[in-house]
Order: sequence, then structure tokens, then C-alpha cells
Amino acid sequence: MNCIIIDDEETARMIIQQLCSQVDQLSVIEEFPNAIQAIKFLNSNKIDLIFLDIHMPDFTGFDFIQTLKNPPQIILTTSDKNFALEAFEYECIVDYLVKPITLPRFLKAIQKVETDALEKKEITESSAGENNSSSSEENDLYVNIDRRLIKIDLPTINIIEAKGDYILIKTEKQNYTVHSTLKKIEEKLPDDLFLKVHRSYIINFKKIIDIEDNSVLIEKDVIPVSRSNRPELMKRLNLL
Amino acid sequence: MNEAPNLNYIKELAAGSEEFEQKLITIVKREFPEEKKEFLKNYSAKCFEEAAEHVHKLKHKIGMLGFEKGYQLTIKFEEELKKNEFSQFSKFMLILESIENFLKIH
Repeated sequence: MNCIIIDDEETARMIIQQLCSQVDQLSVIEEFPNAIQAIKFLNSNKIDLIFLDIHMPDFTGFDFIQTLKNPPQIILTTSDKNFALEAFEYECIVDYLVKPITLPRFLKAIQKVETDALEKKEITESSAGENNSSSSEENDLYVNIDRRLIKIDLPTINIIEAKGDYILIKTEKQNYTVHSTLKKIEEKLPDDLFLKVHRSYIINFKKIIDIEDNSVLIEKDVIPVSRSNRPELMKRLNLL
Repeated sequence: MNEAPNLNYIKELAAGSEEFEQKLITIVKREFPEEKKEFLKNYSAKCFEEAAEHVHKLKHKIGMLGFEKGYQLTIKFEEELKKNEFSQFSKFMLILESIENFLKIH
């Protein structure tokens, strides 16, 4: 864990350096006697943890935090207990150490930092998982066949053909006849995968094998392409 | 005030490293007179808010040199100064003198 120390008092910086040296996973990259110098450093360096004094001339610890767009984890180090309430209004502040700082209290703060980092990681992963599951939901389409809702994985669809009051959905594995219209299903399909090429056909244009004049070949099916839909089809293709 | 400064906190921090102990004491010896001087300058000039800032810095050193009651008195004095009050001044000065004498022999 890369960290920096910001404190206008040299004694305090040396004490925090010494405390950090007792913890294997902490590596003090730099120390600063004021916040301005630290801001310049943070513009070009990625840091995991900051030990930050509140009481500094000109620019306080809180002023400093407000300048950071994505603040790393912060442990406040101060001789003043009065700022504790204000401190916990900032999500990045993990702990508040009152000087003189003892080793047991310091170790407790580092433990909090680790727990906090782990919790934030879990939240990030779980929200990433939710995003994945929502994108997988976007890839599914449920169709009503014989009073059963059957899930079809959209990218596996090759073509959809209108058949009177029904549509025929041809997928990589099997075909489904569903009581619906092309217009209705077209609204449910992602534009980046499907294209209506004829009044009776929607195709998955990623499945095109070749194109000849007014038709496309998908699997073994030759699908007609109407003159009005051809420009859109050509626009979507990655032509050499 | 019966308290006297000690090196317990510094020795505990040093965990046997005499080099660290000496280095830290050297820094304290350098910073302390400066902070005391600045405090007195502002106090004499009746710039009590600035004086309180220096008391705040001295408070850390008073704490790390083992003063417990003295630390509490300093907190009180710092708060007093912010309100332009100074009933604790003489007691605070006794702490500073005690530290000054202690640092002379270390």
C-alpha cells in the first residue's frame, strides 16, 4: 500500500514514518510539509493512503481533501479531537488519530483501512456482477409457446420470418413458431445485431455468410433483401 | 504541577532503535524553541488566535514527552486563547520551561 504523509510538523512526520515502518504492507513514498506540494505530487502519482494533518497554515487538511477528485483512503492525524464529527462526513476518511499516536492505535487504523478497502472492492465487484447480469437479461427474449415462456438467447437467432399471424424464429439450434408479428418482435431486438431486410424478414446480420445482389445467405437460407432496405444493410457491413 | 517530562513514548516508538530516538529528539530540540518563540511573540503582541496555533503545535510535543495533566491544561489554554482568555498562561509556561530544561540534558 503506497502512502504519503502530509504534516507541517517534522516531528509528526517522523513519528508516522516510524509507525509505518512497523507495518510490512505500508510503503511511505513521500512526505510533505504542506498540502500544496502534495497536490502537485498527486497529480502525477497514484497513492493508496494519505496520513493527513488537519491543522496546517494556509491550507487545512479539509481544504486539501476538497481539491481531490478521487481521493484515496485518508487517515487524519491531529492534536485536536474537535474535528471528529466533520471528519466522518467524508467517505474517504477511514480513521482519525489523535496525536501523540501510539502503535496499537495506529495498527487498529491500518486494519480499518484494509477492511474498508475490502468492502469497497466487494461493492465494486458486486455492482459489476449486477451490470453483467443485466446485460445478460438484455440478451434474452421470452416467447410464449403453448402457454410456456421459452427463453431465447438473442445472439443465437439467425433469422425471423413472418408467416401470416405467426413468426418463425430460426436459431442456431432450433426453430420456434410464435403467435406474433415482425413489427412487435422488431421492437424487442437490439439494433446492433438485427436488421429488417424485407417486409417478411429480420436477419441477424452477424450471421450473414454472403450477399448476392438482392439476397443474403444465412446458414442454408437465402433471404431476399428489398431495394429500400439494401442501403441500410450495406451501411452496417464492414466493407473493404 | 508535579509532572516531569519523560522519554517513555519516544522509546516505545523507537522499539530499541537508538538512531531513531536520537534523530527524533534532535528534531524536537530544533522545533520546540522555534514554536515556543513564535507562541510568545504572538502572545505578547496579543495575537491570541495565532498564539493558539502555536500552542496547538506545542501540545503534540507536550503529549509525546509524557505530560498527561499538562496535555489537558494545554487543551484548555488553547481553547482559552481562541476566546481571548489566558488564565492558564503561567501554568503553561511552567510546562514549557520544564521541557526546555529536559531537552538541555538529552
